[in-house]
Amino acid sequence: MKRADGNRQVCDTKRIVRGGRVIDPSQDLDRVLDVAIEDGKVAELGENLDAAGAEVTDAAGLVVTPGLIDIHVHLREPGFEYKETVASGVRSAAAGGFTAVACMANTLPVHDHRAVTELIMTEADRHPFARVYPIGAITRGLGGEDLAEIGDMVAAGAVAISDDGLPVSSAAMMRRALLYAQHYDVPVIQHAEDLDLTADGVMHEGEWSTRLGLPGIPALAEDVMVARDLLLSADTGGRYHVAHLSTGRSLAMVREAKRRGLSVTCEVSPHHLLLTDREVADSTFSTATKMKPPLRSSADVEALVEGLTDGTVDVIASDHAPHHPDEKDVQFSVAPFGILGLETTVSLCLDRLVRPGILDLAALVRLLSTGPARVLGLPGGSLEPGRPADLTLIDLEREVTVRSEDFHSRSCNTPFDGWQLTGAAVGTLLGGQPVTL
Amino acid sequence: MTNKTGPQRFRLQRALLDARQMSRMIRRMAGELVERHDELDRMLLVGIRTRGVPLAKRLRDEIAAMEDVTLPLGVLDITLYRDDLSTIGPHPVVRETRLPEPIDGRVVVLCDDVLFTGRTIRAALDELNDYGRPRAVRLAVLIDRGHRELPIQADVVGAQVQTARSEQVEVGFEGIDEADGARVLKPVEGEAR
Amino acid sequence: MSDTAPLRETPDAADTAWTRKHLLGIADLSPSEIELILDTAESFREVGERPIKKVPTLRGKTVMNLFFEPSTRTRSSFELAEKRLSADSLNFSGSGSALSKGETLIDTARNLEAMAPDLVVIRHQHPGVPHLLAERIDAGIINAGDGAHEHPTQALLDAFTIRQHKGGLEGLEVAIVGDIEHSRVVRSNIHLLTKMGARVTVAGLRTMMPVEVEKMGVRAAYDLGEATRGADVVMMLRVQLERQAGGSLFPSVREYFRLFGLSPERLKRAKEDAIVMHPGPMNRGTEISSLVADGTRSVILEQVANGVAVRMAVLYLLMAARGAAV
Repeated sequence: MKRADGNRQVCDTKRIVRGGRVIDPSQDLDRVLDVAIEDGKVAELGENLDAAGAEVTDAAGLVVTPGLIDIHVHLREPGFEYKETVASGVRSAAAGGFTAVACMANTLPVHDHRAVTELIMTEADRHPFARVYPIGAITRGLGGEDLAEIGDMVAAGAVAISDDGLPVSSAAMMRRALLYAQHYDVPVIQHAEDLDLTADGVMHEGEWSTRLGLPGIPALAEDVMVARDLLLSADTGGRYHVAHLSTGRSLAMVREAKRRGLSVTCEVSPHHLLLTDREVADSTFSTATKMKPPLRSSADVEALVEGLTDGTVDVIASDHAPHHPDEKDVQFSVAPFGILGLETTVSLCLDRLVRPGILDLAALVRLLSTGPARVLGLPGGSLEPGRPADLTLIDLEREVTVRSEDFHSRSCNTPFDGWQLTGAAVGTLLGGQPVTL
Repeated sequence: MTNKTGPQRFRLQRALLDARQMSRMIRRMAGELVERHDELDRMLLVGIRTRGVPLAKRLRDEIAAMEDVTLPLGVLDITLYRDDLSTIGPHPVVRETRLPEPIDGRVVVLCDDVLFTGRTIRAALDELNDYGRPRAVRLAVLIDRGHRELPIQADVVGAQVQTARSEQVEVGFEGIDEADGARVLKPVEGEAR
Repeated sequence: MSDTAPLRETPDAADTAWTRKHLLGIADLSPSEIELILDTAESFREVGERPIKKVPTLRGKTVMNLFFEPSTRTRSSFELAEKRLSADSLNFSGSGSALSKGETLIDTARNLEAMAPDLVVIRHQHPGVPHLLAERIDAGIINAGDGAHEHPTQALLDAFTIRQHKGGLEGLEVAIVGDIEHSRVVRSNIHLLTKMGARVTVAGLRTMMPVEVEKMGVRAAYDLGEATRGADVVMMLRVQLERQAGGSLFPSVREYFRLFGLSPERLKRAKEDAIVMHPGPMNRGTEISSLVADGTRSVILEQVANGVAVRMAVLYLLMAARGAAV
């Protein structure tokens, strides 16, 4: 199987997606159009296309976008199947409107060698609900000391490298990774955190950590690492991507780096755009508000939102991090970091960013599809003829209530349970085929 | 005892005493105490909070007028000795108990405004017990309204009054209340709990 | 006298209602609730002066003392309060109990609940643990210290002691000095004192000052003299020397005392009638000199005595509210 086809078979029937409002930022398109699909690829966009011999998907009243891509998820397989599996993860993705996900390497064994890449790809092939793009580890065992076999993993289907969950702490190692990754033209994704500054921190260091007496994770822990990495990226010319960027100061540094023409991209997560550190107090120490990076201050949230609109932020990625209820049903201090995202991201963004007019719909599609595809060099993210026919259908008026017990994920750790939202992804097509869960 | 738990409303059923009758009654009670108990030099008056306290004071004043002796006065808060902590509702205010001198060997006269189930007196006896061993304990109440739940009787009673169990006997003392007086209240129909 | 006009003007009970089932922190309390606890404690102090220092109020009630962190003072104080109220008390401590054997807190809580305690007094090294228990089990919960978050009964007994000496709290200048960042005592005291109208200055090393502490309504000072100038109350916090093990916050006790140790000389900057407090246990020569600790201005031992009365008041109020809810 060729990598460019992702991990699933294409289908050879014809299909017309009829009468939807097609939004494709890659072509600067926002019009009511039909999408013709042939051999699993986009064949043509146009009005009143001939449907002879084609199956028809009625998209009247819906928004049609290039398939949405979440480039930061944890599928937990192999090793932590009680939290999530490839099978449950891709169903969760499809339910949330995503046609592709990129999964992080902190599995057990760690995805630091080809066998794990192949295992993930095989599992993904068996469960064709969304494409899976594995991200390999930078260092063996995420140990931060020896480079993993990056080339081998890329040959098997890995699209990027990251030690996510842990930062690459050593500047020398990060420099080496930025240099070496250029041989395979994959980005180096950094979980930017200075662990010495984090120490035993469990929430953002600020007024609320002070009030609650919880050890703080200073914004500085992220900023120091981003600053260092930007110097390394400039010096090496390597492609550098900041995962789940969460502070105003880091954002400003990325903005400046981009202005100077560095090969730098970044993503932010919906929870960092919608919640602040105060949520920990308001929820009375709910472990569903505990993640890394932590929920930040309102000033940080404002800066991130500005970064969405001025183009500094390339991607919205959920950092979907499933944890078993037993692991989260403990006191705040000992709970694992992380929350789910796949099944809430789209509705949260539509309701809290697009509806209030903070972000226009095309910009959101760029952040959820075109941007992610560009950062990882994926074939999706566009409805240009010849591209894979991965589509997401969105109903802007659909009213949904977040119900974690109905999630397709194996876990239910979300701070958004019970939220009532307007707007939702109502279906996806993968290689031209409607995905049914 | 008054019902402190809730919004039950009461209205006047009948008046029992006006201020003049009440003064006369307290004077007579003081007389009885002096007459029937010849241990005046050992006597200690102890009012049970809240309205046993003004009663004790008035008895002391009357006795002082009769006998030219001022008895020591104590105050007992029985809240901590009640057997109904779980039912007394959201106003469980505890106040101090203050006994002016050791009670060992004394004759303690417990004073309260109304004698009803006897539980308050039971609690007061328990509490006194923790303070020492009096030679005797007597009980003086302004109104005995019946409905005893414990084998407790008063030694000196202002008035025996027939009441229904659901009714309330309310005693007022000038100084802390509008005026001296006593009356029977009955629950307002339809709001009975 | 009309049909409904009351013969009695004043109700038997105070206007303030106590309806809380739990005491999780001072942050939740209203000034009138704080006053009610302090007033009630006043009466319980008198119980401690009786020939028999025990009342039958909580007879037949079970109180569990669940201490996941070592504590002598607070635990003994609660135990004594429980005994004086005739409650049956049970002690669990962190070492040796199930928690150190890998059981989760929730499971421990469920097991305890099966024993049907009426109240649980809990001390835990992690903030929010009392709140979690309150959500999960039926018993009333008293927070006896959760990490660096709150220690409500300590703040209440401090306030009680201050009230005894100063008559009230409103308008007082209170300086709290020491390791502000890691202290639950300071957080509860800040809530309580500011709610009651006192002005609070917190002072300590810059390496021990939590960020944005001013947002809690206090002034931060980094100099002992500046903090204590004109103070009515100087509250010294324990410097947790055990924290010095991993990554020290100051170079040496010598140097710490030079900057923030309370000596008689330095106490002169406070008002003439200022009182000196310490939640204990003290490190003599680290944060406070013996001359001050044992001096005439020190009310440290009174704090300990008052702790019992305050805890009796809290136990009593919570149990009464629990009864009322049934």
